[in-house]
This record gives sequence, structure tokens and C-alpha cells, in this order.
Amino acid sequence: MTSDFAPMAGHAHPTPQGAVQIAEGVHWIGALDPDLRSFDIILKTANGTTYNSYVVRGSEGVAVIDTVKAPFTAEFLAKLESVARYDEITTLVLNHLELDHTGAVPEFLRRAPHVNIYVSPRGLQVLRALLKDDFDSYSVTTVETGDTVSLGDKTLRFLTTPYVHWPDTQCTWLEEQNLLFTCDLLGCHYCDGRLFNDRVGDFRFAFDYYFDHIMRPFKGYVAQALDLIEPLEIDMIAPGHGPVLRAHPRDYIAQYRRLITKRLASETGDEKTLLIFYVSAYGATAQMAGAVYEGATESDDVRVSLFDLEGGDVTPFIDLIEEADGLIFGTPTINGDAVRTVWDLLSSLVDIDTKGKLGAAFGSYGWTGEAVGMVESRMQGLKMRVPEKGLRIKMHPTEDELEECRDFGRRLAAHLAGRAVAREIDMSELLGS
Amino acid sequence: MATAKLSFADVALTVNVPEGTRIIDISEKIGSGITYGCREGECGTCITRIMEGGDNLSEPSALETRVLKDNLAGRNDRLACQAQVLRGTVKVKPG
Repeated sequence: MTSDFAPMAGHAHPTPQGAVQIAEGVHWIGALDPDLRSFDIILKTANGTTYNSYVVRGSEGVAVIDTVKAPFTAEFLAKLESVARYDEITTLVLNHLELDHTGAVPEFLRRAPHVNIYVSPRGLQVLRALLKDDFDSYSVTTVETGDTVSLGDKTLRFLTTPYVHWPDTQCTWLEEQNLLFTCDLLGCHYCDGRLFNDRVGDFRFAFDYYFDHIMRPFKGYVAQALDLIEPLEIDMIAPGHGPVLRAHPRDYIAQYRRLITKRLASETGDEKTLLIFYVSAYGATAQMAGAVYEGATESDDVRVSLFDLEGGDVTPFIDLIEEADGLIFGTPTINGDAVRTVWDLLSSLVDIDTKGKLGAAFGSYGWTGEAVGMVESRMQGLKMRVPEKGLRIKMHPTEDELEECRDFGRRLAAHLAGRAVAREIDMSELLGS
Repeated sequence: MATAKLSFADVALTVNVPEGTRIIDISEKIGSGITYGCREGECGTCITRIMEGGDNLSEPSALETRVLKDNLAGRNDRLACQAQVLRGTVKVKPG
């Protein structure tokens, strides 16, 4: 049943008064959250978001695809009850276990404990944590790419699409109607009760913004997901947030393909790229940076760049770092810490994939010199490898110490080029490190 | 105490370790890119590729076996927070 639309109290947006049919036998039963201004802390949501849930009715079963955030459970259940009885529902598909999509699951299962729940293999552990002691009382099946569930005249086919943006994420393809349920993939935080992309306001900025903050760190996995999705003859994309994409759905897939393409064309071919960033208070760390640069540039197979962080903004450096193979940070220790400029950049790297990049740190200090170790720890937290112990020099470097810096640069370049000299040590040498 | 060799390909370093040493005991100290989440064998974050010497590691527990399966790990993958080096040489890299 398709409901009327009416303005929501205090808001300009029209809001659906019940379930909304999006295709034959398929209803949207989600919730609007127009007052939300920040999502997961990291995203601004200027006009809120939606939590999209769907019901698919087949000749021999009814499936619920994802649910909503917990505070919206009552309206989700009301919409569900308007299009299906609980004893008709056979299937609950959870494409992603994050709480904005599973908040209503426990309450739903209390009403429909007989349903078969389908999650990806990686979703199992999160579902176990969500349902606690009740987990064992439900029927749960893990599904992977190619697995299907029949609803009689309709078939749900699963696509395993991990890390878009959690390990558990998957998509569900309604074969007979060319309709793809993508949960967070191809979604956005944009709240408009008119629901369909050809009826809502201009949400293009929200689509790209969502990608930049949710999907960008997982570009490689997005590419794998697109490889699975692009061959499908898609008529409609039904995501977990934002408008249902029924007009030109392939344009949104194409936009994702553009967004995962390298932003800066590399002229270096197979050469490895190494970026050295530094900040210097009295010139000592700058001297070290220059020497590390000199040492690294002796390698013909590594392209080295040197930047004073005080002369640049964070955003373009992030674009640069995303494409780089190695990063070296030079920071003095001030008040027992690395300097703020360094932290500003390091904390922003959560927006990109840094896994496996080479990292290293160096710096001059006057008393304690903790900054180098702190930066190394941060780089390890960013899933980078840090093969050389950081280089710390008290006050200004001597000529011998500058040679140490050059050698540090040479060794790091060798690691990057796969030419590092293998070393062997005893575990006792690590004690206290 | 008998020792074994644990090699980390991503940082080109081999560490001589006492038998029974877990990979996690060493990997963080030497800057390997193996990363950790729960450190208790439940999250699968530290899945590590065993390049050589898999037979020289402790057998996976029921928990580790389940977590590896749930995370679609390959047959040469282990959890670095669980696997112990028992003998010989083991060569690893981040999974």
C-alpha cells in the first residue's frame, strides 16, 4: 500500500505516513531522521538522514531487508505491520550489522522468532554480540556470493562485498526485479521523505561527501564490490541511507568508479614514492630532514619529496599521501609531545587507506624526545609498517649525525624498493623497546 | 630453552625467540604491519599470512578455527595473537 505524504511537524520535508511501494511487491518501511546533525561523530548531516528498510513479498515468503536505528523501532514495526503479518515473514536479511541498521532487530525477532536470518560470514560475530544469550534460539545462516533464498516467485541472491565499510557488509540482489539492496554502499545522508532520487532535492554533494568519509578508506574493497555489481542489469538501487536510486541508477555506480580512481595521475610508473614531512622549531629537525632526503634520493628507484608542514594545508597532503608508498615524519619534541601540525595530519589519515605503507619518524629534541616514538605508534595504529627504529638527535646534529640521517634515508629507501638487507636479532634486544 | 626463528617479511627482520612465543609478542615491537584489534582471538583483525613453516606453529584452538572460518581466511592464514612458534623457522607477513 502506498501512503500519502504529509509535511513533518516543524520541518519543510514531506514525510511518508506509512510504507511506500518502490516496486511491485517491494515496500520501503524505513524511518526519517531529519534532526540528526552529526553521524558516527565523523560526518555532518545538514538535513539529517534516513534509515532505509525494505520488505519483499514473494508467492511463498516475505523477506525484511535490514531494519532501522533503535529509537525508530516503533514506526518501523508499524510500517511493517501495514504490509505483512509476522507469521508471513520467512526471512530477515542483514546486509550490515551496524546499529543504525540493526537497532530494531531484537524487537522484530521477539515478534517473529521463527524467521531465518541471513548474514555474511563476518556478520556472524557481530550478530552474536547483538543478540547476546538469545542468539542460539534463532535460525541463522551465513551466505556468500551466489547463495540464494527463494521467496517462491522471487529470488534473493547475495553478493559478498566486505569492507564497504565494515568487514560484514554484503549486498542482496532481487533477481526477478533487477533491484539491488546495497545498505551503506551507494547510500548517503540526505533526508527527504519523497524518497526517490528523481523526486528529492539536490543530494549530489551528500553522495560524494558520504563516499569521502565512509568509503574512501576502503577504495580497494569498493572496486571489488563494483566488479560484482557492474555486470548486473540494474533497474533500481535501494540503499540503507538516502534516496532510492530508480532514475539512472548506473550513473551512481559510475560515480563510485570515478571516485575510486586515483585523484593524481602518477608519472612515476613502477617507481616507489616517498614523502618526507617535517616541522622544525630551531632548524635542527629541518637539518635532519634535509639529510634524510639526501640519503633517500640516492636511490634511483624511489621518488622522494620533501615538505615543510608549516607551508601546507592538510587536505592536499592527504591526497598526496593516499597515492604514496612511504611516509617519513620529522618532528621536534615540545612539551613532551609531537607538534600539533604533525598530529593534525596524522589524525586526518583515517580518511584514507594507509595499510601496508612504509612509515618512519625522526626528530631533534632538547630534553626527552618522546615525539618520535609517539609518531611511530600512531603510524602502527594506521596499519603501516615501521621497519626502522626512529632517529632522535639531541639539539642540532653534528656532521656525523647528519650522516646517520642520510643512512636512515638510504635504508628506508631500500625497504621501499624491496632491497633492504635482511637482519637477524635475538628477542632480548627487544626488551625495553 | 629451545629457540626458533620468527621472520617478518614486511620489515626484513628475523628474531630468535624462545619456543612458545606468540607472533603478537614480537610483531609490534619490531614495527611489522600486522595489526591488532581485540588481542583475544575474537575479532580476526590480526590475520597473518604464514609464508613458510606453518607446521612449526601451535595448532589453532577451536576459537581460532571458528574466527578464521568466519573471516574467510585462507588455509595459510593464522591469528597473530593466538599462534605460537614451537620450533624451526616461521616466516610471516600481514594478511
